[in-house]
Amino acid sequence: MNTVKQSEPSEIELLLPWYAAGTLDAHEAARVEAALASDPELASRYEWVRAEFAQEADINAAAPTPSERDVETLFAKIDATPARQPRRQAQSSGFSERIAEFLTSLTPRTQAWSALAAVLAIALQAGLLAGLVLKEKTGGFETASTSRHVQSDGAYVLIRFKPQTTATEIADFLTANKFSIVDGPAVGKLYRIRVAPNKLPKDDLMRVVTTLQSDKVVDFIAMTD
Amino acid sequence: MPIETTSDEVLIAKIAKGDRVAMAALFARYRLPVYRFVLRMVRNAAIAEDLNSDVFLEVWRQAATFEGRSAVSTWLFSIARFKALNAIARRRPEQELDEATAETVADQADDPEIALAKKDKAAVLRACLLKLSAEHREIVTLVYYQQKSVEECAGIVGIPEATVKTRMFYARKKLSELLAEQGIERGWP
Repeated sequence: MNTVKQSEPSEIELLLPWYAAGTLDAHEAARVEAALASDPELASRYEWVRAEFAQEADINAAAPTPSERDVETLFAKIDATPARQPRRQAQSSGFSERIAEFLTSLTPRTQAWSALAAVLAIALQAGLLAGLVLKEKTGGFETASTSRHVQSDGAYVLIRFKPQTTATEIADFLTANKFSIVDGPAVGKLYRIRVAPNKLPKDDLMRVVTTLQSDKVVDFIAMTD
Repeated sequence: MPIETTSDEVLIAKIAKGDRVAMAALFARYRLPVYRFVLRMVRNAAIAEDLNSDVFLEVWRQAATFEGRSAVSTWLFSIARFKALNAIARRRPEQELDEATAETVADQADDPEIALAKKDKAAVLRACLLKLSAEHREIVTLVYYQQKSVEECAGIVGIPEATVKTRMFYARKKLSELLAEQGIERGWP
């Protein structure tokens, strides 16, 4: 038994937040798992860590996002700084170097548009799951990652899928359970998933969480509003 | 290699040569996590947005000096941290929370007493997380939301790894005290 003393936290207890976040290496994660399996008191404390993790995600999900024009602000600040002397390569006749030279020769306004285009391209390549996150809205589509409001109907959980999970496995998981991704991925690769069309009593939602916890694609799951 | 999948280190090398597309790519990759980190510390959306562009401006200026001793993201967050701490030090008390941020906070997390009256333990926990000191908010958001390892947290905050672990523990202990004040006893810590 690895019971934690009240006077001083054990090394394992100190690691619980990183275990919840999935940022421990395999060796440390195995140590924490073994301790949780053998110490019910530690396991009950870990439930609070999981709750903190989920609520921190909720706080950030509901926080404001930077304005759409922030890239222009950045490049305006860059343009306002004294010109920097680019470091020259001894031999820079390659295609990529010529492209880079072309891009750096563009006017600030053109560069701003180039930068915006790059931002959009990167935003659109948010991952294989982007298609799963697209939600049909009246009169068009909205990507869930840009959606700011939290839907009030339905029952929701936060899920992080295991790193090796393929998009097909996730699609199968959603289809088999009749779930839908309504938001994400947030930082930490957390998705908000609707598990029922109507709000569920807390105990029922907890049962859903407990059942899904052992699913092969689920790395982390927690209840959320 | 497409610019979207180019590594952070390669982007920094390109930025050091004045490549604006690489700068835009790095910005697109980190603008939201860095903004959220700064916002969590300064608790003012307008200041956070201004600081966010300042962080990346610093990257533009200093890219040539980046030596790769830490991950690019660790470097970015440590720049963001210094800028946020400076802003907190400069800020007048009345600028503590701007209206937009305050509304968002109020929407998602009632005052602890109100949340408790509604018997919403999750809302009480959210409210208490928001009441932590800047030092504790910083470590909590780095660990939980930004999902930084112990080593990365140590690099960003500039403290030993053992201190990172104990700081997180004491942040959680403070959280327990705040919860206890609202009638929620969760024991140690």
